[in-house]
Amino acid sequence: MNQDQPMKGQQIEAGAPLLRVEGLRTEFETRAGAVRAVDGVDLEIRRGEILGLVGESGSGKSVTGLSLLGLVDPPGRVGGRILFEGEDLARAGERRLRHIRGARIAMIFQDPMMTLNPVLSVETQMVEAVLAHARVTREEARRRSRDALARVGIPSPEERLRAYPHQFSGGMRQRVAIAIALLHAPALIIADEPTTALDVTIQAQILFEVQKLCRETGTALLWITHDLAVVSTLADRIAVMYAGRIVETGSVAEVIDTPRHPYTRGLINSVPSRNRRGQPLAQIPGMTPSLLDLPRGCAFRPRCPRAQEDCQEEPGLFGAGHRWRCFHPEPVPAMGPATEVRA
Amino acid sequence: MTATVGATGQGARARAETPMARFAAEFARSRTAMLGLLLMVLVVGSALLAPLIAPQDPYDLAQLDILDGMLAPLAEGGSGATHWLGTDDQGRDMLSGILYGLRTSLLVGVSSTVFGLALGLLVGLSAAYFGGWVDTVIMRIVDIQLSFPAILVALILLALLGKGIDKVIIALTTVQWAYYARTVRGTALVERRKEYIEAATCLALSHGRIVRRHLLPNCLPPLIVVATVQVAHAIALEATLSFLGVGVPVTQPSLGMLIASGYQYMLSGEYWISVFPGIALLVTIVAINLVGDRMRDVLNPRLSR
Amino acid sequence: MLVFIIRRLTQSAIVVAVMSVLVFAGIFAIGDPIDVLISPEADEAERAAAIARLGLDRPMHEQFLAFAQEAAKGDLGRSFVHGVPALDIVLQRFPATLELALAAMLIAVLLGIPLGVWAGLRPDGIAGRTIMTGSILGFSLPTFWVGMLLIMIFAVTLGWLPAGGRGATREILGVPFSFLTADGLAHLVLPAINLALFKISLVIRLARAGTREVALQDYVKFARAKGLSARRVVGVHILKNIMIPVVTVLGLELGSVIAFSVVTETVFAWPGMGKLLIDSILQLDRPVVVAYLMVTVLLFVVINLVVDLLYSLLDPRIRLGGSRS
Repeated sequence: MNQDQPMKGQQIEAGAPLLRVEGLRTEFETRAGAVRAVDGVDLEIRRGEILGLVGESGSGKSVTGLSLLGLVDPPGRVGGRILFEGEDLARAGERRLRHIRGARIAMIFQDPMMTLNPVLSVETQMVEAVLAHARVTREEARRRSRDALARVGIPSPEERLRAYPHQFSGGMRQRVAIAIALLHAPALIIADEPTTALDVTIQAQILFEVQKLCRETGTALLWITHDLAVVSTLADRIAVMYAGRIVETGSVAEVIDTPRHPYTRGLINSVPSRNRRGQPLAQIPGMTPSLLDLPRGCAFRPRCPRAQEDCQEEPGLFGAGHRWRCFHPEPVPAMGPATEVRA
Repeated sequence: MTATVGATGQGARARAETPMARFAAEFARSRTAMLGLLLMVLVVGSALLAPLIAPQDPYDLAQLDILDGMLAPLAEGGSGATHWLGTDDQGRDMLSGILYGLRTSLLVGVSSTVFGLALGLLVGLSAAYFGGWVDTVIMRIVDIQLSFPAILVALILLALLGKGIDKVIIALTTVQWAYYARTVRGTALVERRKEYIEAATCLALSHGRIVRRHLLPNCLPPLIVVATVQVAHAIALEATLSFLGVGVPVTQPSLGMLIASGYQYMLSGEYWISVFPGIALLVTIVAINLVGDRMRDVLNPRLSR
Repeated sequence: MLVFIIRRLTQSAIVVAVMSVLVFAGIFAIGDPIDVLISPEADEAERAAAIARLGLDRPMHEQFLAFAQEAAKGDLGRSFVHGVPALDIVLQRFPATLELALAAMLIAVLLGIPLGVWAGLRPDGIAGRTIMTGSILGFSLPTFWVGMLLIMIFAVTLGWLPAGGRGATREILGVPFSFLTADGLAHLVLPAINLALFKISLVIRLARAGTREVALQDYVKFARAKGLSARRVVGVHILKNIMIPVVTVLGLELGSVIAFSVVTETVFAWPGMGKLLIDSILQLDRPVVVAYLMVTVLLFVVINLVVDLLYSLLDPRIRLGGSRS
């Protein structure tokens, strides 16, 4: 019950990662057969670290986030190991998970219009979040909520507490969601595309705010996004996901400057700011494959400019630290990042 | 069957050739609905064949023997015939009464729905097609009518018109038309904005032709579903009205009438006069509803997962 | 908010006016009112006198104005059968019907919402399917038939509950109510369940559809991600959202429940205004029928108004919209 006091007695295993995911599998039973949205994902996040999980829509990155907290809707099934602070969440019961959700691991969702319940006041939604994990009086819960709003930069929090979500702008709503996520000073925040639905200027503000708050409180962050440009300015490390698998992972510098997987290279080339004016925007040919109909071997094979015969086999992970799942990785360029890959 | 399977190929189930066949296949996936369909066929069949299969013509007073009155189910009557479901106070064989009653109930239910549908179609299509003040006036009337419960409207109409099958049909038609008019207008407005209507208008086809050949066929499927369920409602409503004593005349009893006339005996133990027609009514209504429900689910994939 | 209320009041007044025209046209213009208004034994002279007295020889619009004038004063004519003002009889019977209708609504909500939410949370489970099939049955069964069944089982066979009537009553502010005495409550149970049945199915369906939709919303996931208990997520986050359509529809259905009580009251000999309507129709007591209709119309309008206001109270988005306009 004392989980609102962060990191109590858990700092002993300082060397061990905060979260270690091994072979995470999430399947959905459908009429057309089982769909494996997440297929053997391994992840590691250290305390206070920011990990960017990058992928196109449908790559399974959102489902990965939900799977970590046991929030996948039925008929979804989660397998593998989710070791968080030494405990396997994949095997934890609903009751145990409930104590972790919001207290040790918080979550922020994509659309701030949708994450706050439209018929409940912000106060109700914040106070209930406080009371879910802390045995305090309603008054105290209210005070904490107000402080949390102030902390994320919401003016006149006392007044705003009484308001309803529809009376807030999109950016403000996302701030409220962040305030709720920070209420119990969690060890990890899972942020699923939290800025995608916002205006660019607001996006930058929120980004800055989240980064600052996480650094201040030593909170680790799993930042799920499709936007490589954003995540490269924010994260410490990056994991690139394609068709339910991690295809490349490493530090930001490693992945952005010397991408080894052709898919990562394609993603980098299709970031507009990296393309020179007048040149056609580079794009990855073809479409994300249907999870019902994945190609044999490497799932990226049909779209890959470097694919060869042996790609029909399943590639394992290569490299150490900076790792990639490809038989024919991009060569490490001698100079800076090249931009002349033709579509 | 594989001929129409497209390039997507993988894990695809066999696909039927026409929308109708696909509809039927999807419909048949629910066992409850198939049971409903079976019951419905049974009910309609026995109603149609009543004169052939009923042991006795309950309207023919010459065939009734007052001495056979109030016989319990399975009892043997004076003529030696077994009354499977017993007899009523006038010696009428209940099985025959129910079979003929079913005819009356179905006649009223189906014909009032058909008339209501026709009227609603006409009005609804006019509203949608002409728009403007025509639409406003019509929809106001529809709104007002629909804000009053069907039973109340029907009761008042029958209070004014008096008893009779034709009058019940008129009352039930009046009750239903507004409902269809609203549904038709809604569907038609959606269809009207689609390009094929625009194309037809550009071809300078007449109003009548556009409505008849283009608008109507596209509005029909959802209407048929609504109408199916509505037949069940109409039958239930007729039974209720007859039970209240303002429906069909005693000389041509529907199921509701049979139930009502048996009601007084129910408390003294002669349950069969009321209960068997009641079961017949129940089976009829439930069967139609099961079928209608499934049709709605199949036609509206948003509702079924 | 005030503007909103005034606008709705105006609309309501228009509906009442339109309906009184329709009632007038329906009752006085279709068929010959003389036949029913004057006793069959009257001779020619008496007929003529009565026609003149009732103003039936005057043109239609004058007749209507006279009718409207009297109606506005609360005079809807005298009952042929009882010989007292028709409106008085109807109003006298009204509390019994209202009591029955409210009891039925209460039962429908208390049973329907939990069942519907349950079915909505597990749409493919056995319980969910059973509830839905049961609700089709509830939709299908004619009220009178279920009423008979209830009497058969609980009154005749088991003898647990009385079959008809209102039982002992106790008065509040001079109005008798059954639910205040044990005997009256026993009399209320069966008819209330009977009347509730159709609405239970409706509530189940609304609650189920709402739950299925709301349960997929991000804010439900977010609520779970906050670490709230399942009970709080369902009981507050889901329930409050599905209550909006349920309350709206139920409110609007109160009118239809009151109308449908015609059937239940007849089956259970419940002395409300529904039974009065049937009796009056069968006895051709038209002033009472007119009075019933006018009271019902007024009731419907008031109900619609209240529902609108309630709706805006439940949904903060509407509340704001209303105060801005």
